Amino acid sequence: MFLQQLVNGVTLGAVYTLLALSFSIVMGILGILNLAIAELFMIGGYLGFAVITANLPLPVAVAAGMAGAAAISAIIEKVGYEPLRDAPLVTPMLSTLGFSIILQNIATNVWGSDPLQLPDEFLGGRINLGSVSIGELQLIVVGVTTALVAIMAYIVQRTSTGRALRAVAENRDVARLLGVSGGRITLMAFMMSGALAGAAGVLIAIHYAAITPYVGVEIGLKAIAVMVIGGTSRIWGALLAGPLIGIAEVLTVAYGGSQIRDFVVYGLMIVILLFRPQGLLGGSGVDQGQRV
Amino acid sequence: MSTYTAGLLADVGILTLGALSVYIILATGQLSLGNAGFMAIGAYLTSYLTVAAGVPLTPALLIAAISSGLIGVVIGFPALRLKGIFLAMATLGFGEMVRSLFLNLDVTGGAGGFHGMAHISVTYVWIWVGLILLLVWLMESSRVWLEMRAVADDETAANLIGLNTTMTKIGAFGMSAAVAAVSGGLFAHHHVYIEPGNFGFERSIDFVLAVILGGSTLGAGSLVGAALLVLLPEQLRALDDWRPAAFGALLIIVLLVRRQGILDRTLLRRIVPHKQTA
Amino acid sequence: MSKPLLQLSDVTKSFGGIKALSGLSCEVRQGQIVGVIGPNGAGKTTLFNVITGAYRANSGNVYLDQQPITHWRPYRIARAGAVRTFQNIRLFSSMTVWEHLLVAQPGQGSLWRRVLPTRWTDGAAIARAEEVLEFFGLKEVRHQSARSLSYGTQRKVEMARALTANPKMLLLDEPVAGMNHDEAEEIRHLMLRLRDGGLTILLIEHDMSFVMNLCDYLYVLDFGVLIAKGLPREIQSDPIVMDAYLGKEA
Repeated sequence: MFLQQLVNGVTLGAVYTLLALSFSIVMGILGILNLAIAELFMIGGYLGFAVITANLPLPVAVAAGMAGAAAISAIIEKVGYEPLRDAPLVTPMLSTLGFSIILQNIATNVWGSDPLQLPDEFLGGRINLGSVSIGELQLIVVGVTTALVAIMAYIVQRTSTGRALRAVAENRDVARLLGVSGGRITLMAFMMSGALAGAAGVLIAIHYAAITPYVGVEIGLKAIAVMVIGGTSRIWGALLAGPLIGIAEVLTVAYGGSQIRDFVVYGLMIVILLFRPQGLLGGSGVDQGQRV
Repeated sequence: MSTYTAGLLADVGILTLGALSVYIILATGQLSLGNAGFMAIGAYLTSYLTVAAGVPLTPALLIAAISSGLIGVVIGFPALRLKGIFLAMATLGFGEMVRSLFLNLDVTGGAGGFHGMAHISVTYVWIWVGLILLLVWLMESSRVWLEMRAVADDETAANLIGLNTTMTKIGAFGMSAAVAAVSGGLFAHHHVYIEPGNFGFERSIDFVLAVILGGSTLGAGSLVGAALLVLLPEQLRALDDWRPAAFGALLIIVLLVRRQGILDRTLLRRIVPHKQTA
Repeated sequence: MSKPLLQLSDVTKSFGGIKALSGLSCEVRQGQIVGVIGPNGAGKTTLFNVITGAYRANSGNVYLDQQPITHWRPYRIARAGAVRTFQNIRLFSSMTVWEHLLVAQPGQGSLWRRVLPTRWTDGAAIARAEEVLEFFGLKEVRHQSARSLSYGTQRKVEMARALTANPKMLLLDEPVAGMNHDEAEEIRHLMLRLRDGGLTILLIEHDMSFVMNLCDYLYVLDFGVLIAKGLPREIQSDPIVMDAYLGKEA
């Protein structure tokens, strides 16, 4: 039973990892919390769902979710972030909040507020290893996540785009002096984070075999907690924290009841914020400068 | 006045208080995305006192406000070491935790909700709203409010001229919690039934929307924002399905075009005859 | 006059591998105007930051009126009497000049007085603000937003704000930078009047003639180390000091 929960937790955790990475990219490069990501996650799920119910293969569904979310994210960057980039950080954050409200409303009007179920024949088989049963879909979720994370890692560490992203994350002004266009990089960051969120949305739809317009608020916001716990300044913290929180949440539901799970997840986030704000994987956080 | 209109006006009052609670903490430059948590505390505590303990409403509201304020101060101590986005995230987490807490608290009904409260009149709601608006208006010309603005403008400089900015922020946080609690207590006794879902992230966002849209540089802005959020949809019934999107769009437009919101001091001076004071 | 108002004893401040201040010892006596000079990057602003608590010294001690303030939080040091201005002017962007002169005043009295409108409850603060407003010649601009003022006026407002905090000692970081001769003279006279009224002043400045005409005593820093100290006329002819300045862009 416990092992089964671990498997379920890792699957949920994979989705959290992708979403936390999505939040983390924007946070790390632009310093803002992009609240629209939770709804890009949701929209990606619906787009993937539409593709699946049209009997197209799964990779197309994932691609559709990613592309759609990335496109919307680009719009958000141009309309809601670009004009506000010199304002205090809270302002663009509120702007992304506006977009998240719009996106959720669009979803409820277009697809209705009730959950949409995936057709039964889609669910696929299960693999039994002793006391543990692993669904094919679960393997797909973890597999796709691993692939996307690997691609992300490659882009960030090995390509010139990735180098530019890291440069802007370090210091925007210096990066500009070195010829890295801040505007283009910002757009890239938004689109990449959108793509990851969209993919995560398709995967969560697969995991639960259903999609609702509220999945953004219910699950998406918790990815913020995952990002914080893993370490906001370290993109790779999400890799550790995702499965960790996924397992913690699943265990809480199994042994404590589903009502408490939000309390636990956000509670962990607050504990980290207060006692180790750099996150589990963040550096030692030495106080070098101003104490005020 | 019809019951329906009365209900609307009561909701405007209740949202005004919620928005004011965000306005107070915003005045120190911090954003709270979890004030619905304090509203929940106020709602449940007031209701429990009047229904299960037989305490009259007004003392119950005061007790709930003070308790919530104290809770705000207590969690403010560690929380306000965080700045900006991190504090916003922590308040978001706090709001969700409180909602989750009440989902599990059987003594107040858990997921099934709580009821049994006596219905209050619109007038009673607005007496509270009026008093708190007055209090905020008076405070805006005080030394304490100048200190809060100093913290918002430049916290480092404020410290270096002798202001204990931590105390200022914690005090504002406590007051914000108390006002949100009153909003909750009034909500509970006007709607006579409450459940944890009433106090989720969407509620915290409503507070923020009201302040940002109505006017984030003065207390009266919260009233404008609350009226906008509650009454405008009534005028534009055709938009019903798209109400949230409309307000989301309005938020973005305001941030792009008139960041201080609809009402600011300049506009107020043009509307209301005003003599120059020192 | 016997014990110093401010005393630093062997203060060191490093950032990573860089020593911004090394074994610095100096003192300022009550009623003096003391200057800290030195080439760019010598550590002068770091010195101010350490004294006022924005940075914590890695070793050594700082004493204000005999009290060890080395580990105190900035607001406490300011309340104890050491208030500073900033090289790059840090006024409160949403406030008028008048509001700047109210906000820094020590808060005394009950919470009620500070929570209700100032014009009703705190006549003393208003009177004090009027005084300082008059002293700095800021009456005409009292209701103007700080952002809209000329550079020289902004500097005056910053000093005025610091003065309303009732300090024993003012730490002025380049108070006349960017000012023309007349404006600088006005500031110089104001500072002399303040000193005559009992205030102690520690200042950082690049304008040599300004410093020579004003300070009772000078400390010269280079690379975080005290390389010379003494009366202005001694410093003026000190070859070590000359060397330090000529060796880099002053």
